[in-house]
Amino acid sequence: MKASITTWKDEVNWLGRRFLRQWDLQIMVIPAIVLIVIFAYIPMWGVLMAFQDYNPAKGFLGSKWVGLKHFRMFFEAPEFWLIMRNTVVISLLKLLVAFPAPIVLALMLNEVRHAAFKRIVQTISYLPHFISWVIVSGFVISMLSVDNGSLNMLLQTTGLMKEPVNWLSIPEYFWTILIATGTWKEIGFGAIVYLAAIAGVDPHMYESAAIDGAGRLRQLFSITLPSITPVIVIFLILSVSQILNAGFEEILLLTNQGMNVALRPVSEIIDTYVYRVGIENYRYSYATAAGFFKGIVSVGLLVIANWIARRLGSSSLW
Amino acid sequence: MKRTTEDYVLDIAIYACLLVLAFVTLYPFWNSLVISFNDGNDTAAGGVTFWPRAFTLENYRYVFKDNRMIHAFWITVARTAAGTFLSILFTSMFGYAMAKRGLIGKKFYMIVCVITMYFSGGLIPSYLLIKQLHLMNTFWVLIVPGIISVWNMIIFRTFFQGLPDGLEESAKIDGCNHLSTFFRIVVPVSGPVIATLSLFTAVGHWNAWFDASIYITNSKLLPIQVILNQTVRSILAFESSTQVSATKQEFLLGLQSVTHKSVVMSTTMVATIPIVLVYPFVQKYFVKGVLVGSLKE
Repeated sequence: MKASITTWKDEVNWLGRRFLRQWDLQIMVIPAIVLIVIFAYIPMWGVLMAFQDYNPAKGFLGSKWVGLKHFRMFFEAPEFWLIMRNTVVISLLKLLVAFPAPIVLALMLNEVRHAAFKRIVQTISYLPHFISWVIVSGFVISMLSVDNGSLNMLLQTTGLMKEPVNWLSIPEYFWTILIATGTWKEIGFGAIVYLAAIAGVDPHMYESAAIDGAGRLRQLFSITLPSITPVIVIFLILSVSQILNAGFEEILLLTNQGMNVALRPVSEIIDTYVYRVGIENYRYSYATAAGFFKGIVSVGLLVIANWIARRLGSSSLW
Repeated sequence: MKRTTEDYVLDIAIYACLLVLAFVTLYPFWNSLVISFNDGNDTAAGGVTFWPRAFTLENYRYVFKDNRMIHAFWITVARTAAGTFLSILFTSMFGYAMAKRGLIGKKFYMIVCVITMYFSGGLIPSYLLIKQLHLMNTFWVLIVPGIISVWNMIIFRTFFQGLPDGLEESAKIDGCNHLSTFFRIVVPVSGPVIATLSLFTAVGHWNAWFDASIYITNSKLLPIQVILNQTVRSILAFESSTQVSATKQEFLLGLQSVTHKSVVMSTTMVATIPIVLVYPFVQKYFVKGVLVGSLKE
């Protein structure tokens, strides 16, 4: 008994001495861990205020615990289903359009024989990735402006329309504008990974296919696409886990921080709702509950997507 | 090899698609540039697309005379410089230590990091934390919360693990500790990875607006993106206002040769051009960086 205590103490002492001896390594780690604990872990713990009636004056410890009250309020709120619909529909549209777009671009670029042309198009295509959403939304607003926006000018000079349309004020067009903008911004950057995957395909496969008389389209569908499927699956899993992130920044910016009330029935998603209710209306606990609900569903979706991918026998995240 | 009809049709379709894409991507940039160099009243008459009809530098003069804009521009420059430097410094040191086999507590540190990649407290708890730390309305709120990027740490770690063991031997023999080995031996051979991640971090800082928009109310500390957004918003409010007559009149009264839209466009250009100028030169680095990142997945 006594012996084991000494060894345990020795162990700690030994570990402590070793820890002190590598102070020069630990000193590189500790500032980072402290920052992570403060800015990532304290907020995680702060999520518990979703179960409180958080009162800033009383602080976290002094506020009253109310169980699932805020979750119940959120689920019963008249806007709940609208918000869920918008979040899911916008994400699904993104998955349907914005997700395959870079794959199509990569496949098209791969067919281009002129190296210079290919490089120029590629360079142009990832320019928008580096531009802030503030500027991109400014472009969209300018292009779609009712007051001499380029789109209205084009439609009017070609005679397709007589009167200019205020595109950004009509709810029916909002999803199209949002998805088109997102695709426009990320198509080129997203294609980089797929192009690299295509570059890794064994050229012999194309040669033998050509000898067997396969045309380029046939080669594309029978060789290139199957070869990059593992990469596509991984990115698909990642996108599925992002399904509740319908695009907070861009929606906030394209709807004038939610001030464009006409668009709210189609534009309000969980994130913008949390922002509006929490930051603008100071309903901290309620907004945290809504955000927490989203977080749980997201992690659940990631696990399910990964499980399905593993079941189908293709690549998975873990 | 003989080209078949399929080849010709395919090529025409692909080249056409790519040309349309290139045009659609460039047009908004070009059109904004043109409007920023065009007389405001002339722009308001419509039809300005590919070339300035009434060339003027007035819009830029207006922007550069506006102290608020100049100030915001320098805030952005300062946050980009300080934010990128501190982030890369602390994140690379972290990645270096995490690449060392003998590091005590390595598993624990890694778990601490990985959890943050899947879970987060969300907007409101983070906001309240910043409030309680009295970071609201300070310059550092734009920098400190983002210093450590777990993602970048992993990329750094992977890179450092790939360095040959012999590299650090001579430094050890000379009696250098890990800190000085890192700065004297490792940093000088890590140019590409440092350049890539610095670029991404810098672009992130340059483009950031949301943090400033919720944490900063003091107009002296607002970065250019927020000022730009405020200007765009006032246009939006103007366009979507139903009682057009009152607003429009007020708007027209304040209007000289420099209109709202042309000012927005020249500000946009001031905020965009540094990035547009930099990115073609660092292209090869970031293509590599993206690949390193995706391989880790």
